[in-house]
Amino acid sequence: MNEINHLILTLIVLVPLAGAVLVALVPDRAKLPNWIALLTTLASFGLALHLPAHFNSGLPGFQYEVNIPWIESPAIFYHVGVDGLSLWLVVLTGLLGPIGVVASWNAIKDRRKVFYSLFLVQQTAMVGVFVSLDLMLYYGFWELSLVPMAILIAMYGRKDGPKAAMKFFLFTFIPSAPLLVAILWLYAQTGSFDFATLQILIAHGSFPAGPICWIAFAFLFAFAVKVPVFPLHGWLADTFCEAPVALAMVVAGKLGLYSMLRFHIGLFPEQARAVAPWLIALAVVGVLYGACLALVQRDFWKLMAFAALSHLSLITLGIYGMTFGGWTGAVYQILSHGVVDGALFLLLGVLYDRYATSQIDNYGGFASKLPRTATLFVIASLAMIGLPMLSGFVGEFLILSNTFLGVNKGWAIAATLGVILGAAYMLWLVQRLFYGPESALATSKAPCDLHFRERAILWPLAVLMLVMGLAPSIWLPTIQTGMHPPQLKGSVVVRSIPAVSSPGEVLR
Amino acid sequence: MNQVPDIYRILPEVILTLTGVAIMLTDATLAPRVARRPLGWVGALGTTLALWASLWQLSLPVGTGFYGTVETSPFTVFFHVLICGIVLVALLLSLDTLPEDSHHQGEYYALVVFGAVGMCLLTGAVELLLVFIALEISSIATYVLAGWRKSTGRGPEAAIKYFLLGSFATAFLLYGVALIFGATGTTQIYEIAQTVSGAKNQSLVLAALALMLVGILFKVSAAPFHVWTPDVYEGSPSPVVALLSTAPKAAAFALLLRVVYEMFPTLRAVWIPMLWVVAVLSMTVGNLAALRQQNVKRMLAYSSIAHAGYLLAAFAGLGASGIAAASFYTAAYAAMNVGIFAVITVASGYDETLPLVQDFRGLIYRSPLLGSLLIFFLVSLVGIPFTGGFFGKFYSFTAAVGGGAVWLAIIGLLNSGLAAAYYLRLALAAAQKPSPESSRGLASPQVAQVGVAVGAALALAVAATLVLGIVPGEVLRAAQAGAHTLLAIPAQPVPARVNLVQLPTP
Repeated sequence: MNEINHLILTLIVLVPLAGAVLVALVPDRAKLPNWIALLTTLASFGLALHLPAHFNSGLPGFQYEVNIPWIESPAIFYHVGVDGLSLWLVVLTGLLGPIGVVASWNAIKDRRKVFYSLFLVQQTAMVGVFVSLDLMLYYGFWELSLVPMAILIAMYGRKDGPKAAMKFFLFTFIPSAPLLVAILWLYAQTGSFDFATLQILIAHGSFPAGPICWIAFAFLFAFAVKVPVFPLHGWLADTFCEAPVALAMVVAGKLGLYSMLRFHIGLFPEQARAVAPWLIALAVVGVLYGACLALVQRDFWKLMAFAALSHLSLITLGIYGMTFGGWTGAVYQILSHGVVDGALFLLLGVLYDRYATSQIDNYGGFASKLPRTATLFVIASLAMIGLPMLSGFVGEFLILSNTFLGVNKGWAIAATLGVILGAAYMLWLVQRLFYGPESALATSKAPCDLHFRERAILWPLAVLMLVMGLAPSIWLPTIQTGMHPPQLKGSVVVRSIPAVSSPGEVLR
Repeated sequence: MNQVPDIYRILPEVILTLTGVAIMLTDATLAPRVARRPLGWVGALGTTLALWASLWQLSLPVGTGFYGTVETSPFTVFFHVLICGIVLVALLLSLDTLPEDSHHQGEYYALVVFGAVGMCLLTGAVELLLVFIALEISSIATYVLAGWRKSTGRGPEAAIKYFLLGSFATAFLLYGVALIFGATGTTQIYEIAQTVSGAKNQSLVLAALALMLVGILFKVSAAPFHVWTPDVYEGSPSPVVALLSTAPKAAAFALLLRVVYEMFPTLRAVWIPMLWVVAVLSMTVGNLAALRQQNVKRMLAYSSIAHAGYLLAAFAGLGASGIAAASFYTAAYAAMNVGIFAVITVASGYDETLPLVQDFRGLIYRSPLLGSLLIFFLVSLVGIPFTGGFFGKFYSFTAAVGGGAVWLAIIGLLNSGLAAAYYLRLALAAAQKPSPESSRGLASPQVAQVGVAVGAALALAVAATLVLGIVPGEVLRAAQAGAHTLLAIPAQPVPARVNLVQLPTP
């Protein structure tokens, strides 16, 4: 058992990579690459499930840790581990793997080997980001995650792939140059890239205050572009319009949000607190701005992009409210958003595949033609809106109530307004796509509802949304162990980990 | 006293020379109709043997041979192995891509191997006259190779430009040698290092340093001595550019390291600002010019100028860290640059049917292997982690920061962000779906098959790029060992010139 615990994270990282190599070697015949990719992602997901099964929620700190020297000079370690913060994100990434493969099953018709190889490399990079505890290793995976994404957007873009890919890459690559400088500066001062070591050194104030502000800002800037936070979202809409469905569902959000929690607030709590008011303001603006723009979009990919901006801004609000409940809610909301967005993208991908248009006006009256698609879309939309008893509610409630109680009532009310707008644009989208008079598009083709593979993925997701809404206590206690005491040093809200078992207690 | 026969000190060069002579003589005796292709394999074999001989030289005690003119040390072995590796890849690449009917193939292989002799000798020479001879051997071979495509006007143009500007630069170097001889009374590098600070006429020494730097910086195509690079790369055949853009530069960087760190360590305050300016100029000029290029080879020429700038940033590093970083970067740069020119050679062919960036559109759809490799090498040139390009830049800028040149590192990193734009333009063009017009219009250029030799060349380049990016430890250790010998040797007693058999104790 110990052996497995020691190897498990490495396996989760390397299995997709091995799958990528295998896909590159087999002949492109009779969906062979698809099957290998599907099996690899399922295996990787299975391995990821080992983590929560044997995770000891009683212990704070990192588990399944491996720390071996990788490069002597500079001292880079292969240091991986998960705690409550990253545990479920690794599982979520594992879950989105097979979903992505199924979403691409028929959509990707040519050069399948290249597609699935790069898709699997992308999986490796994302899991790598979540488990790395050495800043250099983390930076490596962070950068690596850009490459397959950019290439695949260029290869499979719907209209002008290379332009969107270039925008995406430069938007995220250029801010990572200051991030690298910041990491190197920390190394030059301490001789270590280790997360825990740096955390302790920074907490003890071993650095001059001036430079550390800039260092913290360099970290924040790189993450804020990746999330994206309000004025930095220039890449988002184009990327959502052009990216293959399997990649659009993972491109925004979790990497940046996780990095904010772990590496910005985790390493620089003082500096994070200093910039928090600004980020709260930007987040609330983002919530409203994204929601308003989503209301007027005619293209459903663009609508999803601005909806994502709105939702991710809400999570940012939870993070920079700097409350314990807000952080917990933020992580929960990342998980929920991942699942719900995955399902919605898969369903929109199904529509786009069958009818080759993303203009909302062309649709209408599909509920009777595609009853299963409509049902699942409604469930996912309701979960996205944050209907009680579905997954979106828990996170939104935690974030908004903690903002209201612990931060500022005005911001909380403004953000809640954004959530209401969210209900408006999602329900209106459902109405325009599935209800109303039957459009010419609906009658033009024989209806082709969900295939078995799609149903086999989507129904479990719908059930998961329900379970996440009804029994958040399955996830919340583990997530709470991830909020370490050092991260909360000097926090006005909580000074140590309270033994909390239900979301209600977090609020008190 | 451990006596090492002098011949062991130049064993790789001897093997390469014998190989070159053998190729040339066989070529001359063969009937005109007999295919010359096997001679290329002979060259590859000889280069492999030379590579082994270089590695074997590690077992020799560090020291000099031939009256203190040639050195063997971990430093020389590092660059010997690098140069032999590049030449091997270039030969393998030429084997499959040179036109079959060319009855000059024998000369081609011989020239490549003779060029390698000069480059290897250049890294080992510790006597300025030998440095000059070695530089000439390598230069003359590369001048001829640059003009190999005589059928187009650009070939001879490239050769003449390279030759004229190159000889001019070599004259600068030679003038510098003359001045330093005037100042110190010797041309032996160790002796110069010991006497230079006590030389009466310091202005002579400074002039010598400046002139020598001009000569060497021309060879590494650093701005403002870079103007020849785009024209020569555009006109030369692609397999020659694979060689030209890497091996002579590696040798010239070795010489530059030797000149500044070993010969003029006391003048650090003088050459640091010079190289600082040249580094910033090279990066900026190279990247800005590359942004506008439509021709792939010209774009990569400017990119190689920018890379010379990143590499020169390492010279701001203190002592061993700077030398090790520069050596490592040379290796990483060589691996990825040879690789990308190999891909371009195969995709575009000897006759260069795909000169422009947009001609590469849809390469990954036409040939997934070549398309993926092109993107891989471009990703490495951008400097994404887990490729050699990342650790090259990483060590170079770390060394610069360690030496106190923080601004140099920041300018360098901003430049590499800028550079991503044009590398990406090519990578994304290759990833894009082929346009319907191009497949109808120019009869969609056929992509050549990847043969055994080219396959081996590409595999070597990919493996080197990945090894340097994933497990750079071993190469870095070799580079550091080289750096230490480079710094340590001048402190040891130098054999008196008259005492012909005396060798320095290791």
